[in-house]
Amino acid sequence: MDFTYTETQDMIRDTLSRFLADTYDFETRQKFINSDAGRDPAIWTALAQELGMLGASFSEEQGGLGGGALENAIIMEELGKVLAVEPYLPTVVIAGGALKAVGGAQAKALIPDIIAGGAIVAFAYAEPQGRYDLANLRTTAKKDGAGYVLSGHKGVVYAAPWATHLLVTARTGGGQRDRDGVSLFLIDANLPGIVRRDYPTVDGSRASEIYFENVAIPGDALLGGEGAALPLIERIVDEATVAVCAEATGVMQKLHEGTLEYTQQRKQFGVPIAKFQVLQHRMVDMFMEVEQARSMTIMGVLKLDLPENERMAAVSAAKAKISRGAKFVGQNAIQTHGGIGITQELAIGHYFKRATMIEGQFGSADHHLDRYERLTLAD
Amino acid sequence: MDMEFSPEDLAFQKEVRDFIAENYPDHLRGKQDEGEELSKEDYLAWHKILYKKGWVAPAWPVEYGGTGWTPTQRFIFSEEIARADCVRLLPFGLAMVGPVIYTFGTPEQKARFLPRILSGEDWWCQGYSEPGAGSDLASLRTAAVRDGDHYVVNGQKTWTTMAQHADWGFFLVRTDKDAKPQEGISFLLIDMKSPGITVRPIITLGGEHEVNEVFLEDVRVPVEQRVYEENKGWTCAKFLLAHERTGIAGVASSKRGVERVKAIARTELDGDRPLIANPFFKRKLAELEIDLTALEFTELRSLAGPNAGKGPGPESSLLKIKGSEIQQRLTELTLEAVGHYGAPYFRGFGANDLGGDNEHPIGPDYAHRAAPTYFNMRKTTIYGGSNEIQRGIIAKMVLGL
Ligand SMILES: Cc1cc2nc3c(=O)[nH]c(=O)nc-3n(C[C@H](O)[C@H](O)[C@H](O)COP(=O)(O)OP(=O)(O)OC[C@H]3O[C@@H](n4cnc5c(N)ncnc54)[C@H](O)[C@@H]3O)c2cc1C
Ligand SMILES: Cc1cc2nc3c(=O)[nH]c(=O)nc-3n(C[C@H](O)[C@H](O)[C@H](O)COP(=O)(O)OP(=O)(O)OC[C@H]3O[C@@H](n4cnc5c(N)ncnc54)[C@H](O)[C@@H]3O)c2cc1C
Repeated sequence: MDFTYTETQDMIRDTLSRFLADTYDFETRQKFINSDAGRDPAIWTALAQELGMLGASFSEEQGGLGGGALENAIIMEELGKVLAVEPYLPTVVIAGGALKAVGGAQAKALIPDIIAGGAIVAFAYAEPQGRYDLANLRTTAKKDGAGYVLSGHKGVVYAAPWATHLLVTARTGGGQRDRDGVSLFLIDANLPGIVRRDYPTVDGSRASEIYFENVAIPGDALLGGEGAALPLIERIVDEATVAVCAEATGVMQKLHEGTLEYTQQRKQFGVPIAKFQVLQHRMVDMFMEVEQARSMTIMGVLKLDLPENERMAAVSAAKAKISRGAKFVGQNAIQTHGGIGITQELAIGHYFKRATMIEGQFGSADHHLDRYERLTLAD
Repeated sequence: MDMEFSPEDLAFQKEVRDFIAENYPDHLRGKQDEGEELSKEDYLAWHKILYKKGWVAPAWPVEYGGTGWTPTQRFIFSEEIARADCVRLLPFGLAMVGPVIYTFGTPEQKARFLPRILSGEDWWCQGYSEPGAGSDLASLRTAAVRDGDHYVVNGQKTWTTMAQHADWGFFLVRTDKDAKPQEGISFLLIDMKSPGITVRPIITLGGEHEVNEVFLEDVRVPVEQRVYEENKGWTCAKFLLAHERTGIAGVASSKRGVERVKAIARTELDGDRPLIANPFFKRKLAELEIDLTALEFTELRSLAGPNAGKGPGPESSLLKIKGSEIQQRLTELTLEAVGHYGAPYFRGFGANDLGGDNEHPIGPDYAHRAAPTYFNMRKTTIYGGSNEIQRGIIAKMVLGL
């Protein structure tokens, strides 16, 4: 039993956090998230080429550093601490995870490009009617000669405006909510017939509604078995969920630290408001949520390779706990700041916004409690 | 990072498990889980078995009778003990006064007291709290006045757990009225059979006789029974508070508690389905189990994470707060699960000090201690430094407020 990090893992964390301290202060971030592009592409390139960060979770044969889910968690936590909008989650964790799982020619073709920073992948899985159910799909991919024709609408696809590729879930068979008949495709983001409506998100990122209007895609875009991809999708979404838990930990830590700092400066009634016990105890409760978020993220990482049901229960436990914790820490950070907390001026409100979106990302607390109960609390 | 035990640790785990299976007394099985009141003999029976095996004080240095186990082995040991629902070893001798004596005591004190703590010959109690000194312990007033080679002690202690069985007590007493509160306190070991000591029961909400008032009237205590210097008793008390408390979170026993509630909820009916199928009950159970997982991994991080081995940090306050809250929620759910049969009051088969009624309990076996245990467990957020005091410790020591 060992809950320490290796030297390489410590190095990844240190290198990344130093780089972000230099490049990603709050004012700079506000500038580029409000620019037309919505990000500073030089940062992605630097993460790839100067820091080698995008390869951290790929094996050495694939050109990476030999890490995995724990490295992803370390990186996501650091990115969370600066509210980075860089598409590490969909590109490396999700698309990278799918390619690692599937292997073969597709992995060989794209992984080097991901590691080098050339490829950005957005994950087009959610649909307006589907809520958090990964199998609830109206998007279809109909066989057409050697390839498929893709039709449908994907909603709130984070990072899509920046993407070179899209990872798309679609039905090749079955009814709208069947487990069978779900397939996964990795396609070029600029194929004819892909129509995007781009917009900013409340947490500072960019996303798109994507309409596939009879998009012809090649047969080798299929990842995994035709109509049998749901277990793979569930697996990579579980990995992504744990990565989001790690990001949440970073976000929550900053909300807590920011609150500690502010209450020690802000004076009312002639004393720093941090002297009031009711605020002290609230900040202790926030601290305990942050620590438990860190524990649950580690738990999730360590249980990703267990048999499917145990993995899912563990990931749902982590996400349910962290969704609640993120809400608690976020709301109390704002409350403890008083009026200034509800302005755009301070970073704290922006952390709150990201924390709020994380609550629902890949499933709300209620969704994950439901899944947890189905798996562990049968009659 | 991994959560697997090494082959050596797994072998150790099996050794402990086998030992418990072969040696744990049959008549004690199930008592702890059911929330039964335990007699002095019940506590001592298991204590003596572990003593004979050399396993009664794993946290002590080897030279005083410890086992020399690694932190992981100690963790495994306490997990196995809890997993098997063994009677809890009382902390007063083994985890409290013992470490104070081997850390601060004279060679004579060590030789005189430590072996009898290990063997269970001496039963210890803790005389800290007073009617006027609870959370603010340093305001204690029980006074010890020097008279030749004795102290003469006068005052009152309260909440003294199991003092009714105790041979010895360790007491915080005031030896200097004029000094600052923390600086005028001494740490005395007092023979509970000394003339002038009166122990009176306090009956708690579940009907148990667990705690007592202890009155001290002109009790003469030889000076050689003072540990460490005069007026430096606070140092010993603080040391004790910070002393490693493996298992303070109670994870293993709460895990068993969750399984127990599940079993009850699968048996109890709610309409035409088992209670566990009730979505509201199920949700509370799920949340509890998830919070317990968060506690478990927080404890594992403190045990085997980057700060392992650096002594108990203030994270032990987190473990205490969350651990006690979970213990309480478990008893709450158990009581809720048993429905009507939480109400009948069963006083036991005559085994307790109040005298039982010798009647068979009414309702299912798992129900008759549900309410008393729920009532009793309100104590967990009050004693050992209340949860408000623990939050104060985190605010000061971790958050720097
Ligand atoms: C949307 C909005 C509209 C407003 N409109 C008006 C307006 O039209 N006119 C106007 O005059 N004002 C207005 N206000 C100001 C409002 O009254 C103040 O925000 C409020 O009084 C709190 O003061 P503060 O923001 O300076 O927070 P602070 O007083 O700095 O408080 C910060 C935190 O410390 C806590 N705290 C402070 N003192 C104590 C204590 N003694 N014990 C425990 N906790 C304490 C607070 O509860 C809060 O959580 C508005 C505020 C908002 C947010
Ligand atoms: C079952 C049981 C067994 C015990 N066994 C022993 C024993 O063997 N030996 C022994 O010496 N003692 C024992 N105690 C005593 C225990 O340590 C005290 O109960 C505890 O220290 C709290 O003191 P109090 O009961 O006087 O409550 P108080 O200190 O009066 O506290 C009352 C309430 O005020 C809160 N409070 C107090 N101070 C603050 C503060 N600064 N900030 C915020 N809130 C505060 C508390 O959290 C609590 O909620 C036992 C207690 C119980 C319940």
